Amino acid sequence: MSISVRIRHDFGGFELAAKFAVDKPGITALFGPSGSGKTSIVNTIAGLLRPQEGNIVIGGETVLDTQSGIFVPPQQRRVGYVFQDARLFPHMSVEHNLRFGWRRAPIPAEESEFGRVVSLLGLDALLTRRSVKLSGGEKNRVALGRALLATPRILLLDEPLAALDAARKAEIMPYLEKLRDEAKLPMLYVSHSLDEVAQLADSVIIVKDGQTVAQGPVFEMLADLDISALTGAPSFGAVIDTRVSAHHDADGLSVLSFDGGELIVPLLRRDIGQRLRVRIRAEDVMLAAEEPRTISANNVLLATVTTLRESGSTHADVQLQCGKARFVARITRASAHRLGLNPGMPIFAIMKSVIVDPQAHTVAP
Amino acid sequence: MLSPAEIEALLLSLRISAVAVLCALPVAIALAALLAHRRFPGKAIIDGALHLPMVLPPVVVGYLLLIMLGTRAPVGAWLLEHLGIRFAFSWTGAALASGIITFPFQFRAIRLSIEAIDSGIGDAAKTLGAGVFDRFVNLTLPLALPGIIAGAVTAFAACLGEFGAIITFVSNIPGETRTLPLAIYSALQSPGGEVEAARLSMLSIALALIGVTLAEFADRRIRVFAGR
Repeated sequence: MSISVRIRHDFGGFELAAKFAVDKPGITALFGPSGSGKTSIVNTIAGLLRPQEGNIVIGGETVLDTQSGIFVPPQQRRVGYVFQDARLFPHMSVEHNLRFGWRRAPIPAEESEFGRVVSLLGLDALLTRRSVKLSGGEKNRVALGRALLATPRILLLDEPLAALDAARKAEIMPYLEKLRDEAKLPMLYVSHSLDEVAQLADSVIIVKDGQTVAQGPVFEMLADLDISALTGAPSFGAVIDTRVSAHHDADGLSVLSFDGGELIVPLLRRDIGQRLRVRIRAEDVMLAAEEPRTISANNVLLATVTTLRESGSTHADVQLQCGKARFVARITRASAHRLGLNPGMPIFAIMKSVIVDPQAHTVAP
Repeated sequence: MLSPAEIEALLLSLRISAVAVLCALPVAIALAALLAHRRFPGKAIIDGALHLPMVLPPVVVGYLLLIMLGTRAPVGAWLLEHLGIRFAFSWTGAALASGIITFPFQFRAIRLSIEAIDSGIGDAAKTLGAGVFDRFVNLTLPLALPGIIAGAVTAFAACLGEFGAIITFVSNIPGETRTLPLAIYSALQSPGGEVEAARLSMLSIALALIGVTLAEFADRRIRVFAGR
């Protein structure tokens, strides 16, 4: 299932101009600051906002084409939408909410699919509850299940975690990861949170001032200095896709391997071979021209400098390549001069800390 | 305890009020649903016109009905000749007059409760495949139910008390249009009728109390149902 979007809409002073395509299942993040037009973009895809100009094709069907006057109303688009505020039907039980879209689907999903989604989202115990009695995290899980059961062609998630506290976010995150890894349908995930994008997204579309300005795989985009300049956000650091390769119980450490080397982290409760995303902040990477032999840090990697960019008045961001993985180091400009950094130059990167999803230390999903 | 004529007045009052409320209810729901959440030129005028019966003297409403629907008035004559429907001097005319006078109570309560429904819920239903009629039946109606009940109960109570429009339009005919208020009025007009008037007034007060209690009870049950 694929989707292509090209729209333009003038809100009177704020112009929305989006153009992108997604042709793979998995999570594509629409990333940008609040007020940059992300929600308006997904609203045009759902049909809740009718743009002045544009063309939207979902799975080969043109649902919007302003030139030929095509506008398929939202109830006929089969676009799943998980709203930030859940928007459950307050007068219905959880089960009735879940079955609302399921009953109205042109080809309803099998009854077994209902059971599968209910257990995927851990909703078994909630089915008979009244939707108004649920906690925020439970509401969002029901909203997610309700959208999935309508057998959508594409799923839109508008900041589904933004209204939740850290504990509730941690409660939902594993479900979203499972959904991503099942990779059954394309999902557009609206977010202004770098942490969420780094943990969930397969690819990223950057939205700035109503425009879609860049698109690419998450592992490249978050370590791309041009992108951090575009968003004006501080350098992203890096997201690295690793596999758990060994546990050293005596030392209390686990080894993660990736294309480019190994990382050592505090002991994880994950099986060998399982995939795990880690983040390394640009501020947490130090550089050394010679291999540091006597040092307390566990993680020292030999990398190659690919790009240098000055950041603010005192800092420089250095993009490094290590195998297929990319990451960024933020050092002072003085250090950059002293080291004589140049693109192509080999350098030792010292990781002061590697950020792992805190759940990986405690429970296996 | 009550004389046959008094029981007749009581039952007539209940029947006229019930018919008036039930006939006006679908109209009130339809107009409330059309006018809520919608903006168009002239909306204020339509809105004002729908509230007019509440502020006009009931006698004026009765008079207008009389000159339109009286047996010799154009519309009334046509209805009688072609459809066999007669409003003048009939209990149906009393129900029509009461229904018109109390219509704004229903319309207003229902519109407010429809407007109080979060429009985001409607958007969610759209993305789940629900069309206009589907959303009206499965979301708007159940979520507006507290307002619908409140409006209907208030209108019913107001119908029981209607006097001016009924006496002007359909007169004061025992067993046909003599409702409780008209019976009280008639009793006061006849010598020695004070006791009967007092008894009927007590009856009216009791009815009002029962109505208010029922409304309160229904409201609480429905709020639980609607999840408020």
